[in-house]
Amino acid sequence: MGEAELSIILLSARVALVAILCALVPAFAIAWLLARQRFVGRGLLQALVTLPLVLPPVVTGYGLLILFGTKGPLGRLFEHLFGLQFAFRWTGAALAAGVMAFPLLVRPIRLSLEAIDQGYAEAARTLGASRLVVFFTVTLPLALPGIIAGAVLGFAKALGEFGATITFVSNIPGETQTLSLAIYALLQTPSGDAAALRLILIAIVLALAAIVASEILARKLTRGERP
Amino acid sequence: MSVLDVDIKGRAGSFEIETAFSAGPGVTALFGPSGAGKSTLLKMIAGTARPLSGRIVAAGRTLYDSAAGIDLPPERRGIGFVFQEARLFPHLSVRRNLTYARWAGRRRGTRPFDEVVALLGIGDRLDNAPATLSGGERQRVAIGRALLADPALLLMDEPLSSLDKARRAEILPYLEAIRAEAGIPIVYVSHETAEVAQLADTVVLIEAGRVTAVGPAAAMLARLSLAAGSDASEAATLLEGRVIETDPAYHTATIALDGGQLELTGDGFAEGMIVRLRVRAADVAIASVAHDGLSIRNQLPCLVGEVRRDGAFAMVTLHLGEQRLIARITAKSADMLNLAPGRKAYALLKAVSVEMARVERREMPG
Repeated sequence: MGEAELSIILLSARVALVAILCALVPAFAIAWLLARQRFVGRGLLQALVTLPLVLPPVVTGYGLLILFGTKGPLGRLFEHLFGLQFAFRWTGAALAAGVMAFPLLVRPIRLSLEAIDQGYAEAARTLGASRLVVFFTVTLPLALPGIIAGAVLGFAKALGEFGATITFVSNIPGETQTLSLAIYALLQTPSGDAAALRLILIAIVLALAAIVASEILARKLTRGERP
Repeated sequence: MSVLDVDIKGRAGSFEIETAFSAGPGVTALFGPSGAGKSTLLKMIAGTARPLSGRIVAAGRTLYDSAAGIDLPPERRGIGFVFQEARLFPHLSVRRNLTYARWAGRRRGTRPFDEVVALLGIGDRLDNAPATLSGGERQRVAIGRALLADPALLLMDEPLSSLDKARRAEILPYLEAIRAEAGIPIVYVSHETAEVAQLADTVVLIEAGRVTAVGPAAAMLARLSLAAGSDASEAATLLEGRVIETDPAYHTATIALDGGQLELTGDGFAEGMIVRLRVRAADVAIASVAHDGLSIRNQLPCLVGEVRRDGAFAMVTLHLGEQRLIARITAKSADMLNLAPGRKAYALLKAVSVEMARVERREMPG
């Protein structure tokens, strides 16, 4: 594996990891709202969250460009507040990956929250635990398999994201050129087939490793034998 | 002394709850058909469901008072709850479940952990996951978990109904042990007469969200056995008496009742014990005169009370001093014996058909 390939993989991993870590908390919050609360606009929120899954990725990428570009309202806000730029930066690639992976994060978390018998929370309350304590000692641990499933699915999606990323932050080697974008660029050059194949094999190995790791993690955490 | 006063209005599904009752120390059974609002009532006491109005006071603390704007959250009510299904936290070991109130509920707990574990016989299961326990063990852990939260009052919502008959028989002695040793007042929801007979001191009858009768267990059960719609073949009454003599050679004991003596089989008796006996109405025969030469040695002189006919059968209430016994005989027998209120008769009881429902207390000898 050459230095160029390694840097592509590290960049892809960083983009996907940052995307999922940043998306996890809002995804959990929205999953919780959708699973447990009845409010006006619930259907709208549900639709909004699912949107990146059904929209053409190019459209999502263009939307991000409008909102988070250097002249976009949210882009300016982030620049002003945190000095954070998205346009043509790896942070923008992470944002695109996070948005595209969001629906895949929300769904398993929401399903696992819905599957938790509310009777456990009721029992915990009668044992003296406040709502907040019940959340951390009962709800969160019981939702963990769903959170892991969502994170792995989202990570895989973020790793392979293409359309929204290339539209939003372009294909800049060393900055926004993730695995899929590099494979695409190599396939566009006459002699790039062999190099592309190597990256393709690496992508397959990474995906398989992620799935196996999540299986092991999920089994360890749900055995119910923790002290 | 009252440990729980409830006077509330509320809703349970499609009907209204309008209930007022008080519970003293010991076990108070909320008894009634399923869907009468008993479980909702318990939830309102525990604070997991909200009444529309009224007042709930437990152990001197006002938990809910709509007029004063008081509505304590469940975690501040200090009331233990044992649910129909055990509801053990599946991600925690038995030990972590038992101690949940201490590490998550910040209840200090005056009851020693080891004592509760020993009382419920779950010592060898502490490091297991709840999923590996039998139904009976799960329910015992759930009871222990509630006890270790140091409740001022323990609510039990049909804790045996999810178990089969053998498992129930396994749990009932533990419930008796709690009743006898823990000293916590218990409000117990049930629609099983056998459980009520074994555990309850007071019975509150609830029908369609309203209290229709309240009284001591023995009197209430006799009354319920005669009530229209109850299962006549399961009708039973309770007798209380004192063990005055045991005969180890024949494994029998003699029990003094209000109006006579009973000889029963069993080795669980000791002289001086006050026992509660459950007698099924179908196991009581009536004779107009005392007989010799019968295998039935228990012949109790009594007075005939009410005779209630029901098709081919008759339910006859017999008075033994202050206590009552119900006999289910055929209508034809009732006529042949010419049973009428005020007549003297003998109640015949086979020793083997009487169940010892529980030991009330042990009297000091001498």
